[in-house]
Amino acid sequence: MGLEKIWVFGEGNGESVASITLEMLAKARELADTVEVFMAGDGDDYAEELGDHGAAAVHATGDLDGAMQGVAVASAVASAIDGGEVESPDVFFLGTTQDGRDVAARLSVKLDAPVITNVVDVEVDGDAVIGNEPIFGGTVDVKTKNTSGKPGIFLIRPKSFTAESVGGAEADVEDLDVPDLGDAGGAKVTATFAEESDGPKLDEADIVVSGGRGLGEKDAYAMIVDLAKSLGGAAGASRAIVDAGWVPYSQQVGQTGKVVKPTVYIAAGISGATQHLVGMKGSKHIIAINKDPEAPIFAVADLGIIGDVHKVLPKLIEALDR
Amino acid sequence: MKVVVCVKQIPDPADPGALDPESKTLVRDQKLILDESDSYGVEMALQLVDTAGEGSVHLVSMAPNNEVGGLRTALAMGAESATLISDDALSGSDALGTAKILAAAIARTEPDLVLAATESSDGYTGTVPEMVAELLGLPSVTFAKSVAIDDGTAKVQRQTEAGYDDVDCPLPALVSVTAGVVEPRYPSFKGIMAAKSKPVDEVTCGDLGIDAGSVGWAGAGQEIVSVEDAPAREAGEVIEDEGEAHEAIVAFLEELKVL
Repeated sequence: MGLEKIWVFGEGNGESVASITLEMLAKARELADTVEVFMAGDGDDYAEELGDHGAAAVHATGDLDGAMQGVAVASAVASAIDGGEVESPDVFFLGTTQDGRDVAARLSVKLDAPVITNVVDVEVDGDAVIGNEPIFGGTVDVKTKNTSGKPGIFLIRPKSFTAESVGGAEADVEDLDVPDLGDAGGAKVTATFAEESDGPKLDEADIVVSGGRGLGEKDAYAMIVDLAKSLGGAAGASRAIVDAGWVPYSQQVGQTGKVVKPTVYIAAGISGATQHLVGMKGSKHIIAINKDPEAPIFAVADLGIIGDVHKVLPKLIEALDR
Repeated sequence: MKVVVCVKQIPDPADPGALDPESKTLVRDQKLILDESDSYGVEMALQLVDTAGEGSVHLVSMAPNNEVGGLRTALAMGAESATLISDDALSGSDALGTAKILAAAIARTEPDLVLAATESSDGYTGTVPEMVAELLGLPSVTFAKSVAIDDGTAKVQRQTEAGYDDVDCPLPALVSVTAGVVEPRYPSFKGIMAAKSKPVDEVTCGDLGIDAGSVGWAGAGQEIVSVEDAPAREAGEVIEDEGEAHEAIVAFLEELKVL
């Protein structure tokens, strides 16, 4: 029982390591003797934090000069393994993020190894590595085993595990050389934009207030922002109103957006489509306000209000501000 | 400009069906429809061809039982033709198996641009488009929220965790688009009538030169070992707002000591 080595895909902003990476390290340490990180960028920026979370080494590509992480990191890993510069791990963990998915997909083709997606837990049974993925909005749990004889590539959903500092020594920084990418490496990032928002970050806030189509119009989203502010929380949104262009994608909660697990989640005018439930069902307490008594969101709410958000929210904000 | 759009035909999300307890695949015996996620790629393709002033939109889909319901919808929107890969050997294909099939079918059409949704609404592995790009040796940009073609280069805004990146990608290339990248048109009556006679090329693994053993259950490097109902979250109190519901929320928050 137990694996020899797991490689965790690292992500960071140049200063600190992304939470999803640290979460995966915690799980990987449970399952394997050696845990190492592979990532784009400068390993020195992250070596201390990664080591503290139990990574023995960080294999880093250095600056990609605008190349997409998917093709660059996957090519670097595959060629390092092919060339015998590194020994293949038993398992790869990558976060369900934009770049995590790209790297996993390219790596899957290069190694002819399967990707097991949307994983919220991983177990080892003898030689078998098994991923647990909730489907149908989390009502059914599916367990999938890697049977390929190749390293399993697991795409892990954020907030599945709790990050843990274990006081490990600074991780060794190793070069992960990116080979010539040819035509496949043609895409280049020319500029990066961040959408700024006040208050706590959506996926870290203790209280999240999200709005959906039931708000009726873009301007009504201001009520969500006001309520979040009154509670010292963050404002989120359903996919419907992100697609409609009311709020930026960075505020989307759900399968394709952020996964949140706050102490209190307030869903206002959100029906509770599978896509949304996947991103917030792990919240400790859920309050839902919706006109439709049949809305699926009520099935997961600790407190459900059948009512019009346009009537309930202003009174609630006023009461809280008093 | 030749654009290929990968489209998935799925059970109506309003009636998603269930997993077959024996085979552990999604039961897909009901009529399949065009995955809404793919309607954005179809629309994007039609707009890009329109802007370019020349070219065509071709669809590629893999589905059981020679299902064309969803393809007809996309043809009615304005796509010219479709390739449908339908073969019993494909049942049980994982993401990599699916990507191998789609890539082989796409390679026959030599497109300038391949579009796909970032993920399907029913399987949502979110990995197939990037796998197709890798198999075809193409550059790719995933999670596009806007796409324009300028002198042989796709100019893409790509969603990121924090905001977005501007990405330049030389053609031929694969781009996966998010819902909301464009507003999909409704098929017109004329479009629906025209779609009935548009060519749908039905092919098998053999036609694509793919060994049936490398796809489907046989080729999948993964196996579902159990399917169980998840512990349900207990529903709590539900009250109807008669003007005072906000007080119940305040009381609930006070009880949790978050105020």
